Amino acid sequence: MVKSDQQLTAPPFPLPVLSPTINSVESAQADGDLAIALRSLSAWYGSFQALRDVTMAVLRQRITAIIGPSGCGKSTLIRCLNRMNDLIPGFRLTGQVLFDGQDIYSKRVDPVDVRRRIGMVFQKPNPFPKSIYENAAFGPRINGYVGNLDEIVERALLLAALWDEVKDKDKLHKSALTLSGGQQQRLCIARALAVEPEVILMDEPCSALDPVATLKIEDLMRELAQNYTIVIVTHNMQQAARVADSTAVLMMNEDRAGELIEYGPTREVFTNPKEKRTEDYITGRFG
Amino acid sequence: MHQDVALGRLSRVRRPGPLQARLRRGREAVVYGVLLLCALVSVFTTLAIVAALLEEIWAFFDEVSLIEFFTDTQWTPLFRDQHFGVLPLLSATLLMSLGAMLVALPLGLAAAIFLSEYAPAGLRAVVKPVLEVLAGIPTVVYGYFALQFITPEIVRPLFTEAGPFNAASASIAMGIMTLPLVSSLSEDAMRAVPQTLREGAYGLGANRFEVALRVVVPAALSGIMAAAILAASRAIGETMIVTIAAGNMPNLSWNPLEGMQAMTAYIVQVSLGDTPRGTIEYSTIFAVGMLLFLLTLLLNIAAQWLLHRFREVYE
Repeated sequence: MVKSDQQLTAPPFPLPVLSPTINSVESAQADGDLAIALRSLSAWYGSFQALRDVTMAVLRQRITAIIGPSGCGKSTLIRCLNRMNDLIPGFRLTGQVLFDGQDIYSKRVDPVDVRRRIGMVFQKPNPFPKSIYENAAFGPRINGYVGNLDEIVERALLLAALWDEVKDKDKLHKSALTLSGGQQQRLCIARALAVEPEVILMDEPCSALDPVATLKIEDLMRELAQNYTIVIVTHNMQQAARVADSTAVLMMNEDRAGELIEYGPTREVFTNPKEKRTEDYITGRFG
Repeated sequence: MHQDVALGRLSRVRRPGPLQARLRRGREAVVYGVLLLCALVSVFTTLAIVAALLEEIWAFFDEVSLIEFFTDTQWTPLFRDQHFGVLPLLSATLLMSLGAMLVALPLGLAAAIFLSEYAPAGLRAVVKPVLEVLAGIPTVVYGYFALQFITPEIVRPLFTEAGPFNAASASIAMGIMTLPLVSSLSEDAMRAVPQTLREGAYGLGANRFEVALRVVVPAALSGIMAAAILAASRAIGETMIVTIAAGNMPNLSWNPLEGMQAMTAYIVQVSLGDTPRGTIEYSTIFAVGMLLFLLTLLLNIAAQWLLHRFREVYE
């Protein structure tokens, strides 16, 4: 499945028309498209502030890209959305992350429940050193899903466009580490999908992959966006331009804390940025 | 501009003359030789032990057949009615080592899981060294601990038929002794499991226990098994605890409440006693010693093999 260079730069699909005011949590809420709302989110690792006062809306069944130069807090931001940073000693945050109107950092909320509903795919493919089948079945197993596990596994692998490559009985039960990097990453996506999350977070999912595998994942993301809300961190601006409906640009302020400097429909951000810094970053003059 | 500065500095460094250079090379050769010698000492020692054992057991197996050695159920070389069946000693060693593993493996693994997956860094920094202190306690102290505390305070109140010398208390003491080995090596193996695997599982809604049990332990399994095997080989070779706590009566029994004599305890008994050198009685200890050596060697090879496999797991 080789694509021409032309298609690499222009998205092979029509981008949905979004109102230029999507960064307003209120308007998204009014339209009923709001999946996750961040309100004045600040985050620290020990005494180092990684994020300052980020407020943005993540729209339902859309792809939201977070871009920005290295060290600007992109990964920190996406990991705040499913409380992944809780695992890091010394991490703390202020502000709110509202998912379906509920603050996921509220004391009554169990982070394990949050992560069941908001799945995650990581930078480096990280399949468990188990069989392909067991990888896909891991989430349903630990979450006590009832039903035919074979079917759940098949469905997840189908959704992740991996089924055709692994459907042989002996292939399916081979170690996931026998797969190529791109296949491993799709397996990780399948593994996340098997839990039936509502949102999928992807932290630079293609940074360890070659261009062909990258395109496959991007196609898959567009496919999945029909049913899932996707947030992707990427250092690749072309990727954001190709797949994302809306794009957020983070940048370090003078204290090295990440701030949201621009957020809007991807086309707006790339063709008509409001901020000079965004334009400099996008055109490669900085970052 | 930076380059100029660096070059300027370099030209001011004095180069060593040819004699100095030769001296340096000579020193290097000496260091190489000394280090090689040190490395060879341990290899040579192992070979010397095997050679010494072989010579002596040659004499032993001249008089006692291998079949008798491995099938006779009595071990009475020091009595008038001599029997040379090693089974009572072998079974005692294996039974007590197995008992030690029944204590050390669950506790050690649980401690490793706690240290690697649950304990905050500060607590681990305290608990781990304290646990490792257990490994530094002389085994003779464990032996008396077993005889004076475990037997009268734990084993006999629970099982009234237990004797003052019994295999159970030796097993418990050896279990405690090998616990830090199991927990420390298992923890190392578990901490070597990449954080990305844990995050992958957390991201699927796993809790800490599920992450530990379903991801970390399986991924570290060969390391954990190697730790278990090393601990077992420590227990098999352990001498003082079994000598003090389990008694010195060869006894072919699977009842851990009875006293029994381990292979190591027998060797101690004979080498400390007044058995004259060069007799068949004396050469028995070499036959037993050789068997012990083969057992632990086998276990160590298995552990090495597993550790080697363990390094390849993630890639």
